[in-house]
Amino acid sequence: MTAASRRTASTESSVGGGGPLVRVELIVNGAAVSAEVETRTLLVHFLREVLGLTGTHIGCDTSGCGACTVLLDGRPVKSCTVLAVQAQGGQVRTVEGLEANGTLSPVQEAFLEAHGLQCGFCTPGMMMTATALLAKHPHPTETEIREAIRGNLCRCTGYVNIVKAIQLADRKMHPSGPSESA
Amino acid sequence: MIPPPFEYYAPRSIDEAVGLLHRFEGDAKVLAGGHSLLPLMKLRLARPRALVDIQRIPSLAYLREEGAHLRIGATTRTSELLESPILRQSYPILTDAAAEIADPLVRNMGTVGGNLCHGDPGNDLPACLLALGAEVEVAGPGSSRILRLSDFYRDTFVTALEPTELLVGVRVPRARLGQGNAYHKLEKRTGDFAIAGVAANLVLDGSGRIGTAGIALTGVGPTAILAEAAAAVLVGRSPDEDQIAHAARLASDSAQPASDLRGSVEYKRAMVRFLTRQVLERALARAGRAV
Repeated sequence: MTAASRRTASTESSVGGGGPLVRVELIVNGAAVSAEVETRTLLVHFLREVLGLTGTHIGCDTSGCGACTVLLDGRPVKSCTVLAVQAQGGQVRTVEGLEANGTLSPVQEAFLEAHGLQCGFCTPGMMMTATALLAKHPHPTETEIREAIRGNLCRCTGYVNIVKAIQLADRKMHPSGPSESA
Repeated sequence: MIPPPFEYYAPRSIDEAVGLLHRFEGDAKVLAGGHSLLPLMKLRLARPRALVDIQRIPSLAYLREEGAHLRIGATTRTSELLESPILRQSYPILTDAAAEIADPLVRNMGTVGGNLCHGDPGNDLPACLLALGAEVEVAGPGSSRILRLSDFYRDTFVTALEPTELLVGVRVPRARLGQGNAYHKLEKRTGDFAIAGVAANLVLDGSGRIGTAGIALTGVGPTAILAEAAAAVLVGRSPDEDQIAHAARLASDSAQPASDLRGSVEYKRAMVRFLTRQVLERALARAGRAV
């Protein structure tokens, strides 16, 4: 089933199981979506299973690892611990919403060029947190970058190249800013 | 993991929320940010019949100085504490705590009301607000009341809230000249519960003596602990190293830690002593008085 046709899915979705239902209406990556789901449906399952947006990963499922990070009204949150209905009426941005018209976002380009990943499992969440950081706070110091990604665990890289990728993304997004020693 | 099924309500007013809690007679839980409640529900440690989502009640989201108090509404998010210029300037203990609560992503959902009402002795805001002498504002069916936070905690996960009551907000005495406060905790890694945490609030009078003192502890007992004896020994004195060391010993004595994976009883008591000295020195420096 395509993502588009699944947008009208309701009780037959795999997240339906006979409990009370609620209609959830969101703007996801700029498009209005609406589906009737169980009240207990988590935002990550709404995105992955109802909308077919599987770029958002499920890691620990206990709000520890940050693999499921998406932006809710511009702020990064762990979508495994947010009910879809808590996001009601809100703007959600996922990793699928980073590229525009086939062009990678500066954060995606930077993770590619600076080798900001190894296995890639944490990468969607890491890039969403980086996107929110750089939108709100251009030219972060290395300490500020490390503080921002404290809730996103990576078990491969040791974070060195992730931090470098975020610094590179900052230079791409804000070329007139201070040098990398900032 | 998916939580067990529940009926979902999103009231628009405090009265409507309290009405729903009353209607379910204790079988409904208040949902704010959900970052304590949803994990409990996923593990089936909580199975409420209904959730009353208070996020859509506009009158619960506030943070302002008003009259004799700083007032913070229940749905104020931890990230909003961290970003607040008022707190950074006049109540830095709350900025300290917000910066150490979980991680930045959790702070974007977690709320002040949820942190207080969950009743987990590992939560950071209870100790800070106890040290500040906070009171909580509670709405119930047909009435509301104000309780001292020091009367709020009964046991681990048990508070003085009736199942039909809603914590509306918290208030602390407005910051005064000569006031300084600080909070710090030790944690093994980001997002873990504290090994121990200590909050201290001091108000110096014109002659440099301590007029008011509050010290409280995180994670070393069944609830956050107000270390009254430690605070009492400082009041009326000009703080010096001996006084601070004395207070730190008394704070350590008032801790009731359990031995677990985060450390032995002896280690945790030693850390309470160390942290108490550290936050008292920081509080004094912020009050404009270095030891």
